[in-house]
Amino acid sequence: MLDDFLVRAALAGLGVALATAPLGCFVVWRRMAYFGDATAHAALLGVALALALDGPVIVGVLAVALLIALAVSTFSGRGLAEDTLLGVLAHSMLAIGLLSVSLLSGVRVDLMAYLVGDILAVSKQDLALIWGGGFAVVALITWRWQALLTSTLSPDLAQASGINARREQLILTVALAIVVAVAIKVVGALLISALLIIPAAAARPLAKTPEAMAVIAALIGSVAAFGGLGVSFELDTQTGPTIITIAAAAFFATNVILRMFVRKT
Amino acid sequence: MSLITASNMSLSHGGKIVLSDVDLTIERGEIVTIVGPNGSGKSTLLRGLIGALRPSTGLVTRKKDLKIGYVPQKLEINAALPLTVRRFLDLPNRVTQADAIAALQTAGVADHADAQMANLSGGQFQRVLLARALLIKPDVLILDEATQGLDQPGSAAFYRQIEAVRQDLNCAVIMVSHDLHVVMAASDRVLCLNGHICCQGSPDIVASAPEYRALFGSGTQGALALYRHEHTHDHHDHSH
Repeated sequence: MLDDFLVRAALAGLGVALATAPLGCFVVWRRMAYFGDATAHAALLGVALALALDGPVIVGVLAVALLIALAVSTFSGRGLAEDTLLGVLAHSMLAIGLLSVSLLSGVRVDLMAYLVGDILAVSKQDLALIWGGGFAVVALITWRWQALLTSTLSPDLAQASGINARREQLILTVALAIVVAVAIKVVGALLISALLIIPAAAARPLAKTPEAMAVIAALIGSVAAFGGLGVSFELDTQTGPTIITIAAAAFFATNVILRMFVRKT
Repeated sequence: MSLITASNMSLSHGGKIVLSDVDLTIERGEIVTIVGPNGSGKSTLLRGLIGALRPSTGLVTRKKDLKIGYVPQKLEINAALPLTVRRFLDLPNRVTQADAIAALQTAGVADHADAQMANLSGGQFQRVLLARALLIKPDVLILDEATQGLDQPGSAAFYRQIEAVRQDLNCAVIMVSHDLHVVMAASDRVLCLNGHICCQGSPDIVASAPEYRALFGSGTQGALALYRHEHTHDHHDHSH
């Protein structure tokens, strides 16, 4: 069954959608969108490094994403204009990544595949990494769920309950780096944070509790992954952007259309 | 043993020392109120005591497994985070349905269990925060201007509840307050802050201390004196 590339693609999309949903909720709740961007864009530099050193791409991506995420996490909240700082970092990481990939003369790289993903080229080995990494992220977040939620609400409130808010932030940072490493093949460096934020934001109007929001985000993400795969196959479009477009349509449906409907009745 | 002990503690914020040389012990069963002008380090002191802010010098020790019930000055809930009142009570430790309902009844918001936290009025929100803090049966209850958003009868009822809680749980209560007359009536000990501890002791001792009079004016009746704070005394290391 796994010999069919479409089955592998569908499973890869599903795995990434499930892994990004709970983390994506925290990215939205903690206003970490730029943080996600910076980490995801840094992945490109990881790709370049891995190719230059002739090592496995996923290791390069994971290492650089982790490094940047930890650096951002350490320097955040030190009185700098965080929004601007992260914006600068996110976009410079993208530029530096593109630059370093193009400097790799002699290596033929399909840059587009790393920018917007190439889900149809997912191998059995990629699939194992996606589900392994995805499982690790979901397990990590489930384990720390209550503490993460409390420190998201207020670091002081968490600290009073004996929760180390810095450590919880570190856990999210590590989870983010893993998600970037497993999702780059599916949606690419440019669209990873879209896959984190959009299903979560689309789930928000439908949810009354944090748990419900994470579950609904996972459902919306899965529908977008399957739908995107189907539509892109039908219309011969790139799969990554198609997945995100469907997620965006879901966001529009729940946040604009549904709200208009609810207000009228 | 003491619940919380701070010795020679200094706390800074953004590289600037906000509070210096604090020596303080909190004992079980006492109500300690912290007063001082805006920017005098009241909230900072609380954050230092709960461990949210590490002292830049000195030491804070908390009794092992100390249970702290903390009611922050304000809690902004991101609009993107759906959170019912009932779910909020479960953070960070889940409580039984019976305990939760009892707590909401005491707080007078029993029929709001399924309401979103963001939709509560200021007074309801404040009482839910208190209900959550009390659910863990704290050893220390820490209140940072907890009567904000409550009207006069509301805050009177609030202080009566605090007194009852102290009787019930024999917990210590540390609170920051602007209601000077309430402070003087309800506290065992008053701590007057202005970048350091200006003076402390029982309410009548503090009320007659020259440092306190310098901060709040000689007529200590009106809470307005607080805002008319003039720089008549010469402390070195604070700025407003």
